[in-house]
Amino acid sequence: MATLQKLALIILSTVLVNNFVMSKFLGCCPFLGVSKKVNTAVGMGVAVTFVMALASVITYLVQQYILYPTWLTALGVQQVPDLRYLQTIAFILVIAALVQFVEMVIQKSSPALYSSLGVYLPLITTNCAVLGVAILNIQSGYNLLESLVGGIGGALGFTLSIVLFAGIRERLETADIPEALQGFPIALITAGLMSIAFLGFSGLIK
Amino acid sequence: MAKNKYVSVFLNGIVHENPTFRLVLGMCPTLAVTTAGQNGVGMGLAATFVLVGSNVVISLLRKFIPDKVRIPAFIVVIAAFTTMVQLLMQAFLPALYDALGLFIPLIVVNCIILARAESFASKNPVGASAVDGLGMGLGFTLSLTLISIIRELLGAGTVFGISLFGESFEPAMMMILAPGGFITLGLVLGALNKLTSKS
Repeated sequence: MATLQKLALIILSTVLVNNFVMSKFLGCCPFLGVSKKVNTAVGMGVAVTFVMALASVITYLVQQYILYPTWLTALGVQQVPDLRYLQTIAFILVIAALVQFVEMVIQKSSPALYSSLGVYLPLITTNCAVLGVAILNIQSGYNLLESLVGGIGGALGFTLSIVLFAGIRERLETADIPEALQGFPIALITAGLMSIAFLGFSGLIK
Repeated sequence: MAKNKYVSVFLNGIVHENPTFRLVLGMCPTLAVTTAGQNGVGMGLAATFVLVGSNVVISLLRKFIPDKVRIPAFIVVIAAFTTMVQLLMQAFLPALYDALGLFIPLIVVNCIILARAESFASKNPVGASAVDGLGMGLGFTLSLTLISIIRELLGAGTVFGISLFGESFEPAMMMILAPGGFITLGLVLGALNKLTSKS
């Protein structure tokens, strides 16, 4: 029961209170780049969710079994090798390989989605939300299940905000905007206003 | 003549293709760490170090890296330099290290660095690549500093920790929270558009 409660709290926290884009500024590049149409935003969200869930699990295993293998003490190893300083390199390689894999799967299974996501699919590698969630999971001391839930929650939060934002931007297309603010400036201001709305969730979890 | 070329490559990063204001790349650190002046400068310089280092190494290796695996190869080089920055900062600037937190390892996924590796360093000789890295890095640093000064001034009433308005000033907390980041950058971009369209 206590575990379920904790998992529910992680979901609530990552989706609403500590929303990756809105309050942690993780994943802003795709958030601003792929949010012109709701359809592509949904596709991007799905791809990111898939990658982030897998990445959380795999990076957790890499950390526990390769970078800082404390399980070796059970086998009688006195000095456990501590490779945690290689964390950044190891994680980014895992993520890059994963993205390549997801790209191949999408290309085979849904060419339409593949062509609409275009250049942004390989760019999931440089989506800081993916590396961010991996590092945050380790920092928060989550176990395997909690890492998975943290990854999925973070990705759902990303999807939620990018889809909402794309909805607003579709409307902005037809709005009468001062010339200087067209394009990125108005998008950023819109994101700021959305972020104020997300601030309202901050009281939910102490 | 060759000297002129370096100057134009250098200025390119600071003015014509300023990574933040012109190319709108590397948004995450731009928005996240610009809550106080010294954080903006620190982040900018850390990214500059990584940019110069990775540009030089990638430019040296450009004839040896097979085209198909170039992106993973670039990322490994960038990750190595990021780890260096991370360890150096942890040892010598622990306060800044704590303030920037998660965003130091995340330099590795800063789009600017990969973009420069892909579009400049992999096609140009070492000298020009180093200058390009320096120009882009300083352009990034300048824009981060500008945004963080605005946000610190409005959100805390200080600039680089020095109080400017005295006791009676009520800072607008919003500006150093997340929404302030988006709105400040949006307005600064808008103002720059206005200025450049006039001239």
